Amino acid sequence: MIAPFFKYGLFGEDISLVVAFITGIGFGFFLERAGFNSAKKLAAQFYFTDLTVFKVMFTAIITAMVGLYYLSVIGFLDLSLVYLTPTFLLPQVVGGLILGFGFVIGGYCPGTSCVAVSTGRIDGMVYLGGIIFGILVFGEVFPLVSNFYVSTSMGQITLPQITGLPYGLLVFLVVLMALGGFVGAEWIEKKMASKKAGASL
Amino acid sequence: MSTQVEKHPLPYWNPYVAGIGLGLVLLASFVVMGRGLGASGAFSSLVTVGVQAVAPNHVANNEFYAEYIGDGTKSPLKDWLVFEVLGVFVGGFISGSLAHRVTKVVEKGPNISTRGRLLMAFAGGGLMGIGAKLARGCTSGQALTGGALFNVGSWAFMMMVFGGAYAMAYFVRRQWQ
Repeated sequence: MIAPFFKYGLFGEDISLVVAFITGIGFGFFLERAGFNSAKKLAAQFYFTDLTVFKVMFTAIITAMVGLYYLSVIGFLDLSLVYLTPTFLLPQVVGGLILGFGFVIGGYCPGTSCVAVSTGRIDGMVYLGGIIFGILVFGEVFPLVSNFYVSTSMGQITLPQITGLPYGLLVFLVVLMALGGFVGAEWIEKKMASKKAGASL
Repeated sequence: MSTQVEKHPLPYWNPYVAGIGLGLVLLASFVVMGRGLGASGAFSSLVTVGVQAVAPNHVANNEFYAEYIGDGTKSPLKDWLVFEVLGVFVGGFISGSLAHRVTKVVEKGPNISTRGRLLMAFAGGGLMGIGAKLARGCTSGQALTGGALFNVGSWAFMMMVFGGAYAMAYFVRRQWQ
């Protein structure tokens, strides 16, 4: 096994920052290509009129998931060396809920707001200001919520570990689920478009 | 500027093509670095540096900021996520420029004032900042990265993001429709 390259010492900290910058360029490029610099397009996901957020997100997830699985099966990449954020279930559930509110109220998430800013979206700039303010608020109240922040700790844990199902089977199931979701998404979009056309007649 | 006004913005890519591109960037990050993508973490570093400049003792006594300071031997801004996010700005600009999509505009529906939209943007951003910190990551670091790694917390997080956004959508529909 030779990957992850950084973990095998192929390059050091300073080069890793160059890698970070290049990775970010790729990330930002495809976010913008997908239309994620537009709050209207992003928010449309939650009114069922444009399900691009779901389609792009799950296409990206299954692409990376299948790629990782393949590279680990052929012995190219050591999956155990890929960093996994530890699970703290309750704070993540509550955080996800708050974040979901923020998503539809503000129209962006942090990554997409960066792309919105660099393509001139004024609301994206204000949104980013809001993020910075929110983080500052969180930092200031952190001593009050620190117990909750570290509650329901489960460590670094994955769905294959918790369900006991083989990794490959879960990859297969998620891909199947995503493909089913894509078919459903296309159907919903058509339905919504014809409903809208009917309403305007 | 005049050339940008004359040229019509090109349509966005097919979502599945853009998704594959995004997935390959994520995969490359796993292979090269052994870590995924992120966004909100970079702004935490920025906030930490700002607070540190104003009140250094305050930062030292707060666990949240202390995590971004580390052992204090290097600036919190000399960080992987900070450089990655700088790239995101550049990548977005490159893609937007190539497709004539760089325009000074406020994204909103027809039924809300510009001022109202910007207030909502700030409020939404604020909630996003708080939520992302509580969840230890945002749509990039948790949903996308953790999703591809079958991270239990990330999948729970992802369900809640969609659940929360759909639940709130009705109440803010005037902003978008």
